[in-house]
Amino acid sequence: MKTDPAGVLTGVHYLDGDYACGEGAMAAGCRFVAGYPITPSTEVVERISQRFPMMGGTFIQMEDELASMAAVAGASWTGTKSMTVTSGPGFSLMMENIGLAAMMETPCVVVNVQRGGPSTGLPTMVGQADMMQARWGSHGDYELIAMSPQSPQEAFDLTIDAFNLSETYRVPVMFMMDECVGHMTEKVVIPEADKIDVVPRVLSKKKPGEYLPYAVNGRPVPEFVRAGDGYRFHTTGLTHDEKGYPVMSAECQHKNVYRLMNKIRFNAADIIRIEEEDVDGADVVVVAYGITARVTRAGIDMARAEGVKVGFLRLIVVWPFPEERIRELAKKVKAFVVPEINLGQMVLEVERCAAGKAPAILVPHAGGGVHNPEDICKAIVEAVR
Amino acid sequence: MSTTTTPTISEEHPIAPFLRMDRMPHIWCPTCGIGTIVKCFATALDESDVDLDKTAICSGIGCTGRVAGYMNLDAFHSTHGRAIPFATGLKLGRPELQVVVFSGDGDLSGIGGNHFIHAARRNMDILVILVNNFIYGMTGGQNAPTTPITARSSTMPFGNFERPFNLPHLAESCGATFVARWTCLHIRRLTKCMRMALRHKGFRFIEVIAPCSTLYARLNRLGSGLDLMRFYHDEAEIRHGADTREVDIGFQDRIICGNFVNEERPTFSDMMDAHYNEVLGDRYVPMAPEGGWLHD
Repeated sequence: MKTDPAGVLTGVHYLDGDYACGEGAMAAGCRFVAGYPITPSTEVVERISQRFPMMGGTFIQMEDELASMAAVAGASWTGTKSMTVTSGPGFSLMMENIGLAAMMETPCVVVNVQRGGPSTGLPTMVGQADMMQARWGSHGDYELIAMSPQSPQEAFDLTIDAFNLSETYRVPVMFMMDECVGHMTEKVVIPEADKIDVVPRVLSKKKPGEYLPYAVNGRPVPEFVRAGDGYRFHTTGLTHDEKGYPVMSAECQHKNVYRLMNKIRFNAADIIRIEEEDVDGADVVVVAYGITARVTRAGIDMARAEGVKVGFLRLIVVWPFPEERIRELAKKVKAFVVPEINLGQMVLEVERCAAGKAPAILVPHAGGGVHNPEDICKAIVEAVR
Repeated sequence: MSTTTTPTISEEHPIAPFLRMDRMPHIWCPTCGIGTIVKCFATALDESDVDLDKTAICSGIGCTGRVAGYMNLDAFHSTHGRAIPFATGLKLGRPELQVVVFSGDGDLSGIGGNHFIHAARRNMDILVILVNNFIYGMTGGQNAPTTPITARSSTMPFGNFERPFNLPHLAESCGATFVARWTCLHIRRLTKCMRMALRHKGFRFIEVIAPCSTLYARLNRLGSGLDLMRFYHDEAEIRHGADTREVDIGFQDRIICGNFVNEERPTFSDMMDAHYNEVLGDRYVPMAPEGGWLHD
């Protein structure tokens, strides 16, 4: 369906990534945000708290990130699209209830404007070192979706996609911005509401008594109901059956966990989004995401000037990882080069999928700044020698 | 010829419609007080005019954390200590809901203590029923923030030396507008208190003292379930309107019960609406009572 115009600030704007992300959420129909202040993400909720009262939205500043994530999960069960916003240290605190949201199959969006870590790290400076945490941060086996924008425009566009994917697959979606994109100000075009497609919360038409909260009947995810419509449903963070009742057995655990994993794994092709440039015939393919994708282009241009055939693969959806595509490319290229603002995270995925057919060469950066394009160029040139 | 009428005998327990009977038997030990408190709550719901279809219940983790799972309401068994913020999301996401949090002392005042004080400060419109058995029951009898001084727990085997919370005082001083304490022996008074609390708007807190004969009573040699009830009978003192500063609970000491606080004060949502109406006027669009659900 088309979105509610009340949240759409149609026009051409000059916005930073944080504000653009907030606008994206409001345009997507998000009407509940709970958050706790943390640099460099706070502008997202500042923007939202400025505009929510005029569109029927509620923002609450909670006492901490544990509470923020719990409130977001609770609000989502009323059918109200919900989001929280944080950065590294707060992201760590949210992991408990991200796991709850994954287990209860609660759609929501978690924005992490990444800064340097570990611990308090570099509060005002860039990092990309939470990428594995986004995938594996909460305990137990589960799958979710994570995406990474490279510009304020994409922060707007992808936030809408994040909400849509979270509704389609009933998962928390990690919106992995970084401080550079969050604080970079560029042109952002916000279309008219009738040009913005959103996935609404479609409620079950079954009658109370017939409805089973976790029965899938061949669909990827169970049908929704919401609190307050008379279904008297039950949901829990415990391993549960189709009724949503706890069942402590290996058999139920098997069914429960496999379904949580497979709803993403079996639909990965529908979820994955990558952007490729000049990959056919390339000797080296550079894989990057977020702000590093922007810097990478300069490094690629320099390497091409030295005569190397370089392709570029940008990860837009980061999790699930585009395994198939990397496997295919590994048969054709001499090497992958993976610059990222950490000491080796997504490069491990490239290496896993390349499975020895082509090396995956990391161009690390510990954070606090972006790569020097010369370093990326050097890695590309050395890869073909 | 006279006719005789046969009295109708109901096969169903009067509170069965309020419970998920397909989940019985429950997990609680014999002589545990939680079941009695659930019975009081179900009776209070029955005797109140709350719309059960618009009532959601949320628990954390632990013995009392299982209550949500047994109530035939929209029920959320959330994470340890996070029932109050989860309930906050439910309430703000769909303001017309009556939201009840039912959980234990360790869950709500230990790991969830920060959420408890802030929800009270905001006068968030939720009813919190806290069952206090002075110990972490589910995990095997560890020390709690409510364990009385000198009482034994599995992690204070020589007796507790940490000062416990006085929960009614904590709730009142943080801003709760309805505060009460009863024991699970006070069935009629507790039920009536729950009825009052269901009608009250704002952060409502009821502490219910309940026995844990499997752990707390065994570790402290307090006798059987009947002995524990007898203790409540002899040592509970009803003092409505008591100064909550004076309702601390010592080991095997008097338990001051009663309805301590009952004030009218604007809730979080009342304050938000009034403020935005004043400063934004016609530009303010409050969330609809049925929530911000985006649909065709």
